[in-house]
Amino acid sequence: MGAVLFQVIVYLGAAVIAVPVAKRLGLGSVLGYLIAGIVIGPVFHIVGSETEQLQHFAEFGVVMMLFLVGLELKPQLLWQMRARLLGLGGLQVLATAGAIAAVGVLFLAHWQTALAAGLLLALSSTAIVLQTLSEKGLMRTDGGRAGFAVLLFQDIAVIPMLAVIPLLAFPEIAQVAQHPAGAGEVAAHGGAAAGQGVADHGAARSLVDGLPGWAYTLVVLGAVAAVVLGGHFLSRPLFRFIAASNLRESFTAAALFLVVGIALLMTLVDLSPALGTFLAGVVLADSEFRHELESDIEPFKGLLLGLFFITVGAGIDFGVLFAELATVLGLTLGVMAVKGALLFGLGRLFHLRAADHWLFTLSLAQAGEFGFVLLAFSTQNAVIPPELAKLLSLVIALSMLLTPVLFIGYDRLVLPRLRGDAAQPTDSIDEQGSVIIAGAGRFGQVVNRLLVAAGVRTVVLDHDAGIVERMRRIGIRSYFGDASRPDLLHAAGIGQATAFVVAIDDRDRAVALVEYLRREFPQLRILARAFDVDHLYLLRTAGADLALREVFDASLELGAATLRALGRHPFAVEKLRRAFHMHDLETLEELCELWDHDLEFSKNRALLERVRARTAEELTLIARDRTLLHDRTERGWTPPPKGYTDAMDG
Amino acid sequence: MTEHPEAVAPTPASVPFLGRRILILFAHPSLDRSEANAPMAAAARRLDGITFVDLYAEYPGSEIDVDREQQRLLAHQVVCFQHPLYWYSTPAILKEWQDLVLEHGFAYGTGGTALHGKVFFCAITAGGAAAAYCAQGYNHFTIRELLRPLEQTALLCGMTYLPPFALFGARTAVEEGRIGAHVADWMRVLTGLRDGRLDIARAASQPRLNHDLDGLLDAADAGVVG
Repeated sequence: MGAVLFQVIVYLGAAVIAVPVAKRLGLGSVLGYLIAGIVIGPVFHIVGSETEQLQHFAEFGVVMMLFLVGLELKPQLLWQMRARLLGLGGLQVLATAGAIAAVGVLFLAHWQTALAAGLLLALSSTAIVLQTLSEKGLMRTDGGRAGFAVLLFQDIAVIPMLAVIPLLAFPEIAQVAQHPAGAGEVAAHGGAAAGQGVADHGAARSLVDGLPGWAYTLVVLGAVAAVVLGGHFLSRPLFRFIAASNLRESFTAAALFLVVGIALLMTLVDLSPALGTFLAGVVLADSEFRHELESDIEPFKGLLLGLFFITVGAGIDFGVLFAELATVLGLTLGVMAVKGALLFGLGRLFHLRAADHWLFTLSLAQAGEFGFVLLAFSTQNAVIPPELAKLLSLVIALSMLLTPVLFIGYDRLVLPRLRGDAAQPTDSIDEQGSVIIAGAGRFGQVVNRLLVAAGVRTVVLDHDAGIVERMRRIGIRSYFGDASRPDLLHAAGIGQATAFVVAIDDRDRAVALVEYLRREFPQLRILARAFDVDHLYLLRTAGADLALREVFDASLELGAATLRALGRHPFAVEKLRRAFHMHDLETLEELCELWDHDLEFSKNRALLERVRARTAEELTLIARDRTLLHDRTERGWTPPPKGYTDAMDG
Repeated sequence: MTEHPEAVAPTPASVPFLGRRILILFAHPSLDRSEANAPMAAAARRLDGITFVDLYAEYPGSEIDVDREQQRLLAHQVVCFQHPLYWYSTPAILKEWQDLVLEHGFAYGTGGTALHGKVFFCAITAGGAAAAYCAQGYNHFTIRELLRPLEQTALLCGMTYLPPFALFGARTAVEEGRIGAHVADWMRVLTGLRDGRLDIARAASQPRLNHDLDGLLDAADAGVVG
């Protein structure tokens, strides 16, 4: 137990320290994790051989990530991608594998080894690329989409590769290979090796061993159909049932069950679990539970992927690296150059432009985690000798380590050059009094639409990358990230902002944000969305110029509509609505004086007394024909008393 | 609370304000396109002893606070409606204001003496040329005749009614360079009323307040009591 806790502490500690530092330095979280892994692994030797096992487990993060990617991708969008998926993806894999194999033949004893190396190096790192793309909000760019299409194809391509590699085996190596494992067990790696992580004992049995070809095809089709139909028809009633229980953790459990279950099913029929969950994600993209699923799976995915990157860093064998530094570096750079050159050519072929073209080229030039899986598989199948496998494993790891560097190059070198002077004028326009809106959910979006309609320049912040990307697509300057982070606020131009709308859906963070803004920017007009009266008072105390209860107006409108539905005259209803509103605002002010957040409601005697008095008053008011409200509604437009003109003549 | 703090003259307690306090109830539903009322309003806001209320700003939903408006009336000796002339009358919010604030028992009728002795007038801008506002013109009536309903309203409330301070041909006033002089006259009317230098008795019989402004102010200076 102690050892496990120690390991957990080491990994978590490394992540906690390295990632924020890396992000602060602009390196991105992936590089942060990789560096953390190197520090705890090869540098200080705090962790040891268990990293390899952990890596298999952590690869499940990739499965979850593809599920989340699928959730963002509606079926129509997937269908639109088909040309790129097959054309761009297919050409990338074939061309890269061919080119690397051709070079390999010159140096290696057997063409089979060269071909296997070509195949496994043709694959890129879904984990690093997708994580970085979404972190930078590039998933919706044309280059990001093209990259995703290629990654998806590679995912599919792993399946035939697993079938082909055993055919490449030759006897000399077979004798050296340590354990010529059964095809069934290794196939369970199923691309992301996730089946192994889930099944834990590493022997998730394949159901399709020894089946004839037609039967296997049927089973595979059946499994895919089960995912699609089950996702479409069964998941909704199930989720609705679970959601009705109002237990957040049971929904989380259901979400995990779904993902793990599909991964297991796919593993059993020798399909890639990542592919299966991706498919399930696409099926659920239209579901009303999409965001719930997203937010439930997201933290698991994040942690597992982080762990995965750490293990990649920790797994780098510095002994071999330094022994053959020149070879490893040469191979790594060579592989990346070949991959990059081919990607660049394909990008041109598929009409990717400028920034998108460079993003596509630079993002996919590395080898990936599937490479590790195929490498192990090839070694076991006596296709690649162990010494070469060590070397290639280093090449894969190193190329993954270099990928964040390429992304930084894209950010710092490519983008500024392409944008050129175009960025300048928008900046000067920004200096006009603008409005920052934190939170682009249903509430913030309406606020933003109104402001934009009024010609006000707005900047929208949200911690949901999907929302941000959608906003960006329609031309709204939006940033992904936690709105309470000062650096993000500065990036959003808070120095020039006149007003700030707090519409984030976290009560406490909203209050903290208002406090921070009031302290740092005394001139700023702060307008906040409150969830209820208590929250409203908290926001006011924190320094909000205005706080509005989010559902109050809509409730009042609905109440008024109900009265109209009962046949009341619309203007009589309007008068009552106004009077009620005013009465309520007065109550709000009156109770505010007595409100004390630190004092529990039931212990705030003064407040309780006032509420009681007010309620009693209201009751008597109702008993006396609602005098107060009646006064208010009937006072305006009250006709003078009958016979009043007599007095005037006299 | 409100975005438009009232321009009430913050008279220091040590120097009691002896003049008449003027309440300007301003109604213009599209102030951003105003060419005559906007500079008049800006000038009036700068004067001491004047409370300037932008009704459309204060009650964008026309939800007029009757109590607050009545308190305002009580606190001033001169009440002015400043507005563009819409269909020979006020913009809608000023009509709403009259309907709600001038209550029976407050402004008129039994016990309705709150406004007795106060002065009332309108400051209007009209699109038609001065020549249109006569029996021969296409408007057929003088501006004072057209505002009879407001005059009678004031009279029923026991107020002294003054003729309107009017700008004709308001849509071309900027182009013709008439705004500056008009705003200057507006300041003279307001300060004259505030400081008791405008001959109110004589003004009451004029066709417009700016018909013979020099005469109204000079007469007061000469010692004729208003």
